[in-house]
Amino acid sequence: MLQQQSGNAALGFVKNQLSNIADMMAYPLRASHYVELVNPLWTTHKLQAKVVAVWDETKDARTITLQPGGHWRLPRAGQHVRIGIPIKGKHYTRTYTISSAPERDDGCFTITVKAIAGGRVSHHIVRNLKVGDHLPIAIPQGDFYLPDASPIQPLFITAGSGITPAMSMLRSLISQQRLPSTVHIHYAPHEFDVIFGQELRQIATNHQHYQLHEVHTHEFGDDKQTKGYFSLEQLERYCPDWKERDCYACGPPGLLAALEKTFEQAGRSRHLHIERFLADFAEVPADAVGGKVRFASSGVEVDADSETNLLRVAEDAGLNPPHGCRMGICHTCNTTLKSGCVRDLRSGEILNEAGAIVQTCVCAAAGDCELEL
Amino acid sequence: MATAKPLPVNLTDDQIDEFGREMEAIYDEAMASRGDRDRAYILKLMKTQRSMAFIGRMIIYASLFLLPTWPHALASWGATLLVAGIGVLMLGIAKILENMEIAHNVLHAQWDWMKDPDIQSNTWEWDSMSPADRWMHSHNVVHHTWTNVVGKDLDVGYGIMRVTPMQPWHPKYLLQPVYFVILMLFFEEGVALHEQALVDYFEGKKKPKDLGRILRHVGRKAWRQIRKDYLLWPAAGALVAAVINLFIPYPPLTVFLAVMAANAAANIVRNIWAFIIIFCGHFPDGVYAFTPDQIEGESKGQWYLRQLLGSANINGGRLFHILSGNLSHQIEHHLFPDLCSNHYPVVAPRVQALAARYGVPYNKASIWRQFGTTWKNNLRLALPGGKLPPAVATA
Repeated sequence: MLQQQSGNAALGFVKNQLSNIADMMAYPLRASHYVELVNPLWTTHKLQAKVVAVWDETKDARTITLQPGGHWRLPRAGQHVRIGIPIKGKHYTRTYTISSAPERDDGCFTITVKAIAGGRVSHHIVRNLKVGDHLPIAIPQGDFYLPDASPIQPLFITAGSGITPAMSMLRSLISQQRLPSTVHIHYAPHEFDVIFGQELRQIATNHQHYQLHEVHTHEFGDDKQTKGYFSLEQLERYCPDWKERDCYACGPPGLLAALEKTFEQAGRSRHLHIERFLADFAEVPADAVGGKVRFASSGVEVDADSETNLLRVAEDAGLNPPHGCRMGICHTCNTTLKSGCVRDLRSGEILNEAGAIVQTCVCAAAGDCELEL
Repeated sequence: MATAKPLPVNLTDDQIDEFGREMEAIYDEAMASRGDRDRAYILKLMKTQRSMAFIGRMIIYASLFLLPTWPHALASWGATLLVAGIGVLMLGIAKILENMEIAHNVLHAQWDWMKDPDIQSNTWEWDSMSPADRWMHSHNVVHHTWTNVVGKDLDVGYGIMRVTPMQPWHPKYLLQPVYFVILMLFFEEGVALHEQALVDYFEGKKKPKDLGRILRHVGRKAWRQIRKDYLLWPAAGALVAAVINLFIPYPPLTVFLAVMAANAAANIVRNIWAFIIIFCGHFPDGVYAFTPDQIEGESKGQWYLRQLLGSANINGGRLFHILSGNLSHQIEHHLFPDLCSNHYPVVAPRVQALAARYGVPYNKASIWRQFGTTWKNNLRLALPGGKLPPAVATA
């Protein structure tokens, strides 16, 4: 036993040394960059996934089946994953809940995305991604999952594409054959516009512990919600024992706010678990005046107007950030936007996506902002 | 606004401002047109380059099975050299593509707009002895900001040559035809030592301690390059040879030295090519150099004009432009250093026409003329005197 262990350690050591030498031979790249030429899923310098299937769940929601590369880690049901998507040459990163169960035996996972009106990335995923595409991904993250050990009785309250984490949990519980008494209230426009509608109804037929209440909020042909709003009375009707259950909710902000209020009034806030995604964009202030500029690494915060470039702002605040030409050509002053909004003084272009590269010598504050510097 | 001393053109400041606005419009339009096709271009180029580098090295290895020590009919020095030559050429071209059309342009932040975390100017490292961050300083900041300003732009003669009569003559320049050839052969090493920091040190502006820190940084990078090309790849071949040597005579040392020589040859192929293309960019006949008082209080229009007068293009086809990293469009590169290079051929006709309308020269010629006059000037300027380009630049 001990011998085998030290044998494994020696093997690991040799493997490590070999891979180090291979990287030295590939310098300034890594050996993995050459492996990528053969199969992008075998890389170690970044994790990628291949699109292996696409399927329309509703008229504007699509499930993408992804085969992850070798260094993938199995998710817990309910977790989400960050995915990089190139659109018109530009790389965007978005977070999507995994809708499949971790127990899937083909090693793939799915995300289910609804095309939001005006949403460039969601629209691209739903309409343009095709089988065979490779996308960079991160490993699963998030704390919205069911406790493993303690026996809880879940109440799922979901709306629209907010069904995804609940679906992953349901599928996982069923495949483990340990589905507890579960109540599920799901809001969707109408009976043909329910993501996973048929599968949910099938589960409700096959499993007596699972009660599904579909609430349809639109009349056929209407594109606005006209009925079926969440209310305490509705909750009492569909789930009389809601105060004994742990509620897992995911949906639009309005629904989540109403839920938070109801559970707080009943003193049950601790039993309400909510999944919401942080906005990837800061709101652009209508009158792009200056604002507070925070230099994160330096821990300095100062006021700035909308005309003074951020390099100057930093220098006036006593910092000495890297810089070169001071006219936007050399990119020595590049830094990362952590949050908020800046304006490119040359083009007037607004940068408001967290993670965007900011040339401080030609950008000014447009409202509050935080920079990596 | 006027500079302290005017630029050598027949244009008023207002006219130069309008020239600048027109140039800016071309730039804005080109920047706005970037998209999917450009991403596809750079990704495909990287894939091609990496494949060529790997296959080139494999062909070099394959050539060693033709060494005369092998007991088969094809084995001979001639066959070995022929096959190794193909491998060397392939590896050399891969290094040319990596240095010129990929790394040079990535490090100019031409591809930062894609926001691809793997293709960013501030994290990219390149296949050259000069560390990317040091090179970005001496190139992007010093050379591109102070283009052709004598005494400011280190690339004017690289500190060892006299490339314009505006540089005062010194006896050390007598040997510059020799430096010319040495720098051509060892361009990679030359670029690594091409440091503002060294100049600052010799002028007493930098302390030995600070210089030491930078030189160690350069040294680490150079060591990694040497370790790869002159140690590990030869050693991997020698290791295989040592095993084969147990059965048939196949001296590992010969294999080691052969791979080392092949890699050195590939590096020199790249050095010569890069040197020729880069020297054609600023030193042929008709290129202007400037004095510091010509850029004092410089406007954007005057900046554009200086970049245009201080650079020269080379004629060629699509493949030639790619292999030269589109530095055959040196003028466009200097006007728009952060526009992705595959757009230079697209904007070049517009820039040329714009220059013609304002009556400003647009220096574009065959590689024979550009490199020929560069060489001729190198010989002439080794001696005192020399001829300046016309006092007023006209098309």
